[in-house]
Amino acid sequence: MQNLQFGPVFAHSDAFIDGVISTLVLAALSIFFGTMIGLLGAIGRSYGPRILSAPIGAYVEIIRNTPLLIQLYFVFFTLPLVGIKLSSNWAAIVALSIHLGAYAIEIIRAGIDSIPQGQIEAAKSLGLRPYRIVRHVIVVPALKAVYPSLTAQFILQIMGTSIVGAIAAEELTAIANNLVMQTFRSFEIYIVIAVIYFVIVQSASLLFAGIGRLLFQWKA
Amino acid sequence: MSLRDFGPNEFMFLIAAARWTILLALVTFAGGGAIGIFIAALRIAPSRPLRWLAIAYIQFFMGTPILIQLFMAYYGSSLLGFRPDPWTAAAVTFCINAGAFFGEIFRGAIEAVPRGQWESAKSLGLGFLKTLRLVILPQALQLMVPPTVGLMVQIVKTTSVASLIGLNELTRAAIKVNTVTFEPFMVFGTVAIIYFALCWPLSLYATRLEKRGNGKIQAKVKLPRLMPAS
Repeated sequence: MQNLQFGPVFAHSDAFIDGVISTLVLAALSIFFGTMIGLLGAIGRSYGPRILSAPIGAYVEIIRNTPLLIQLYFVFFTLPLVGIKLSSNWAAIVALSIHLGAYAIEIIRAGIDSIPQGQIEAAKSLGLRPYRIVRHVIVVPALKAVYPSLTAQFILQIMGTSIVGAIAAEELTAIANNLVMQTFRSFEIYIVIAVIYFVIVQSASLLFAGIGRLLFQWKA
Repeated sequence: MSLRDFGPNEFMFLIAAARWTILLALVTFAGGGAIGIFIAALRIAPSRPLRWLAIAYIQFFMGTPILIQLFMAYYGSSLLGFRPDPWTAAAVTFCINAGAFFGEIFRGAIEAVPRGQWESAKSLGLGFLKTLRLVILPQALQLMVPPTVGLMVQIVKTTSVASLIGLNELTRAAIKVNTVTFEPFMVFGTVAIIYFALCWPLSLYATRLEKRGNGKIQAKVKLPRLMPAS
């Protein structure tokens, strides 16, 4: 049994800070793109032309029933074959966005389905234009209804970024692995990393709850 | 240029690797289920410190990425003077991790049984464990089934993470085949189909069970949303 030595770990605290920033950037960008996919997909599936429904459904089922790691490898290795050359980090963002998009479609669609048909008819009879109906009568109330599920999925996404080191993308876990090789303090480093993720996850939950209150408090 | 083409041999190599994915998922399911019963019992125990212990356990394993937990078990146990093989590290980590999720499912099902039943059992002179065994569990069991099937899907997908500590399951086999054939579209496409074939029937079954169970008891028990990195 060796002793715990955190000294060599904290000597590299700037590397941890870089890692946290990369992880947050990966998470934020993929959450943004994923939610956009989710919004468009959910609206397309519920109100778009019928031809769209099957491909969107297939996309959702395929992504939800295969591992993120396989999606990551698929994007990373096949995109260059069709002439799209991305850095590891951008490939990771693409894969993570596609991944979140499928879950977001399912979640947002549940919200859209919860809106009574009569509400939309009422909006039409008041003469609201289609864009206004989609925005104020469908999207905002739907998002309000599913906001907790959606943000739980965002939290999951933050933790999901930990595996993108597998395609040599830079983030907290990958940086930790490099440090393990330099310092051999594996247990100490992973403990510190676990605590960092835990703090990120808990602060993100608080942040999302706060944003939810700000966004939806006047829209009961 | 590649060393070999993606042919029937490579396909069979992937199929053969899938059995380790299935085995690891089954071990996780059994071990995680057993730990989950224990965690759920602690979580609803009458003693407050026991409940806090269970909450801390659940918070840690749901609130940190499973990859970090896996690395901690695999690389970090050198601190205790030994290096487990990837199989042991993965099986132990996944069981302990799944235990938190099973614990939350079981607790949700137990708490969905109306409170009055606890009180009436108490008034009939039944103790905590007897009430649980004779009154609550028989009703809670049928509520647990749909989210448990849903969790099984998550577990199958999560086993792919074990490839990152070198366990030779389906995902790692895919990486190996991709390295020699360099036909990523075929390789990862095939592997995605294998995972899909394992997961989709379970997903459909879970959805069907959920719909059938609607309205049995007012509160529906949900699969905890947080399953890191699957």
